Amino acid sequence: MSAADAKLAGTKGPAAAWRRMQAMVLRYVYLYRGSWPRILELAYWPTLQMIMWGFLTIFLASKSGFFVQAAGVLIAAVLLWDVLFRSSLGVSLSFLEEMWSRNLGHIFVSPLRPGEFVAALTLMSLLRVLIGIVPASLLAIWLYAYSIFDMGLPLVAFFANLQVMGWSFGLIVCGLLMRYGLGAESIAWFAIFAIAPFSAIYYPLSVMPDWLQWIAGVLPSTHVFEGMRSVLVEKTFRTDLLINAVALNAAYLSVAVAVFLRFFRSARERGLILQIGE
Amino acid sequence: MSAAPAEGPPAAIRVSKLTKSYDDVLAVNRLSFSVPAGATAALLGGNGAGKTTTISMILGLLLPTRGRISVLGVDMLKRRYDALPRMNFSSPYVDLPKRLSARENLMVYARLYGLRRPARRIGELAEELDLTAFMNRPSGTLSAGQRTRLALAKALLNEPDVLLLDEPTASLDPDTGDRIRTYLEAYRDSRRATILLASHNMAEVERLCSRVMMMRAGRIVDEGSPAELIRRYGRANLEDVFLDIARDRRRADRGPERTGPERTGPERTGRAA
Repeated sequence: MSAADAKLAGTKGPAAAWRRMQAMVLRYVYLYRGSWPRILELAYWPTLQMIMWGFLTIFLASKSGFFVQAAGVLIAAVLLWDVLFRSSLGVSLSFLEEMWSRNLGHIFVSPLRPGEFVAALTLMSLLRVLIGIVPASLLAIWLYAYSIFDMGLPLVAFFANLQVMGWSFGLIVCGLLMRYGLGAESIAWFAIFAIAPFSAIYYPLSVMPDWLQWIAGVLPSTHVFEGMRSVLVEKTFRTDLLINAVALNAAYLSVAVAVFLRFFRSARERGLILQIGE
Repeated sequence: MSAAPAEGPPAAIRVSKLTKSYDDVLAVNRLSFSVPAGATAALLGGNGAGKTTTISMILGLLLPTRGRISVLGVDMLKRRYDALPRMNFSSPYVDLPKRLSARENLMVYARLYGLRRPARRIGELAEELDLTAFMNRPSGTLSAGQRTRLALAKALLNEPDVLLLDEPTASLDPDTGDRIRTYLEAYRDSRRATILLASHNMAEVERLCSRVMMMRAGRIVDEGSPAELIRRYGRANLEDVFLDIARDRRRADRGPERTGPERTGPERTGRAA
């Protein structure tokens, strides 16, 4: 043991891994603490979306019995879609921060393992989503007397599934960023929107053509939004939809982590890590 | 230190037949060397010689095409995370986050390396490297010299047994550069640390390094102590030796180069080298 070892805490085991993940989260906390535009951006879009769709809901409720019966279905859909979008963005933006600052070289020669880095990115994504969505949800109570929290436990299941699906998308985007560099930066913003039309966010799955329903069925988000409407419109929690979403998410996340690690290895083979930057 | 890995106690750094190729470009070609514990060695060579590529492979940022790397007795291709807590590096190719203050940056890395008393170690380094006055300023607002010192502080946070430095005193004025070199010497001697550096500052190499490996086109074309190389090439200083080697001029004793004729493919372009 060298003299320096005595000054270091253990470097192996779950406690050390947790400490390193905390260090990465601390890095982002420092970043946000010193940058109010970044904090504002977290809550800005979810709040704006919720306000617009809230007024639309009021208008539609005056014209349609369905919206009177299913109060808040649009607001809930907007907020839950934002969970998915922000979750994906939370992973990829945190990774982009490292690329913008040309810091990846330092990170990847520190004792932080790639799996721990992934875990830190997902943890930051969760924090970003909570900072963005909770204020908008509370504002909806005040503005429209609609509380998404009235969904109760099913809301936790919907939230968790969308969060995990967002992580999967975010990790694949990170892999692409490692491979193609900052030229692929815009993928972080638009990738998740590719699935929006097929996720049955604002309309039921049944309105899609049969062949499209097959595609929509392999998206965990479709089962979440179908489940959400079931709770809000039919007042029924469908466990079959939840099981579908969880199973699909397990597969998505496994593939996403494998893709991220494969792109990481590819970046090490191609000598891309030191080249990544602004 | 020797070109070919020798028998005996494990060297702090041991590289054997290390090769890195990108498609048709051979960046590093069957490189072998070892650096004993407590020594300071330098990789010298022109742009594209393969210095940074070699350091990147030792760190694990770049995977070799072939060859073996061992640091502190750890096989870096199989168990690099066993060695990384006892290593560190600084390089002009990598920055610290510009929006974080110097103190915040050091705190993050102190925690990544698992320091027991991060604030105390950061305070020590700030004082020793003359960083105290601007510890709370965003790193992006620091001068180039201040950033270089901050990067060095980050590299020394975990009191590494093996330190890899790419241009460690780049952007420093002569006075600060001299103080940093003195600091590195003291650090090496007090901790018996091993330092491998790549530098274009020949005076720095002459002062710090007991051995120098001259690289061209991804191979070591000559090596020895600075004094040996100067004598061998019949030159007044290491800079002239560097020019002789970079321009493929023969050494004064006309002895064979260690690795044979150097016509081994094009230099790399567009990659850190």
